[in-house]
Amino acid sequence: MGEMVVSGPPQGALPGIDGETRFLYVLRHGDDNLVLAQRLGEWISRAPELEEDIALANIALDHLGQARALLTYAGELEGRGRSEDDLAMTRTERQFTNLLLCEQPNEDFAHTMARQLFIDAYQLELWERLASSNDPTLAGIAAKAWKEARYHFRHSSTWVIRLGDGTEESHHRMQRAIDELWRFTTEPFMADDVDRAAAGEGYGVDPSELEEPWLARVTPVLQEAGLVIPTDPYRRVGGRQGFHTEHLGHLLAEMQWMARTYPGLEW
Amino acid sequence: MVTVEQVREAVARIPDPEIPAVTIDELGILRGVEERDGKVVVKITPTYSGCPALDAIREEIRRTFVELGVAGEVETVYSPAWTTDWIDEHARRRLESVGIAPPVDRAQVTCPRCRSGQPRTVSEFGSTACKALMVCSSCGEPFDWFKPI
Repeated sequence: MGEMVVSGPPQGALPGIDGETRFLYVLRHGDDNLVLAQRLGEWISRAPELEEDIALANIALDHLGQARALLTYAGELEGRGRSEDDLAMTRTERQFTNLLLCEQPNEDFAHTMARQLFIDAYQLELWERLASSNDPTLAGIAAKAWKEARYHFRHSSTWVIRLGDGTEESHHRMQRAIDELWRFTTEPFMADDVDRAAAGEGYGVDPSELEEPWLARVTPVLQEAGLVIPTDPYRRVGGRQGFHTEHLGHLLAEMQWMARTYPGLEW
Repeated sequence: MVTVEQVREAVARIPDPEIPAVTIDELGILRGVEERDGKVVVKITPTYSGCPALDAIREEIRRTFVELGVAGEVETVYSPAWTTDWIDEHARRRLESVGIAPPVDRAQVTCPRCRSGQPRTVSEFGSTACKALMVCSSCGEPFDWFKPI
């Protein structure tokens, strides 16, 4: 990816929480976007229509760009000289802290759009608040990502409505996707020690504050689409602690194999 | 001895790799040139987070450092976030002259070829992330529209 410098204040100038917490906090949001970008990239040349192929590729690029900025900055905060590539390509599954939702397979187009709707709505709320972080670098990345999340949400909500309110087949697939992915929609709003420490110091956001506004965004979309909001109480969590579904290992194997097989490779 | 001002002038002339009709300065990608610890620091900002042109722009700026024989560094800044408001009037006319509708509200977009209004959106994403694909309902010309953000 080439070296990148993300500008920020000298680290000593940041108030409050320790460097390790800041590193872990920025890293998890970088991981979300990296894994999601990889998933979306799998659609390239396989989308249902050409315009959609371009759209998914562009959205994937936005997430990859956000991941690059966040992982580069995480590496700077960690202070051990790890680059974005080191963090992306040489960590194992247990060391990734992305949300389980981000790693779920594309399945059919309905699944991809359901996953994207849930994540877009979450990120809209997250980035808006993170744009007021007391860390100007993190706030800058978030403010940028917030603009992008707005049209990502417009894209995914349009598709969910179109498919949910479409043919019998498209409605069935859309409802199935919502039902199957709903179990991953509690995790984004569960605060752990890192979140609490970051939020307490005005560095990060307490994710539990995002659940209500998230639901207020998602509910009208599902209603307009004629879809039923699932009531199944079963929930999957663990991504932030590195406990993933079986799918992440396969994704990382594909993403990392070249960097691991030929360490330091350049072309 | 090359001055900071000379470096600024040189990098300001670098064309955008994807829209070569306009420079990185006119697009608002170039955010500043300054001297720091004996080095010239050129600050750039991405139009979109994942804009692949940014790597090409970094390379081009580094090539300019070599040509001028200065020690330089390229820094990526994210704040304030890039906005199409930074695209100046001159650049807007240039965009239109190469068939790209400049960033105005969707309702005000006119066809860069025949100037008639009411084009139809074909795709929210065009040849690059920053543009949408439209087609003129009058002359039938497909064209890119720079999305205002």
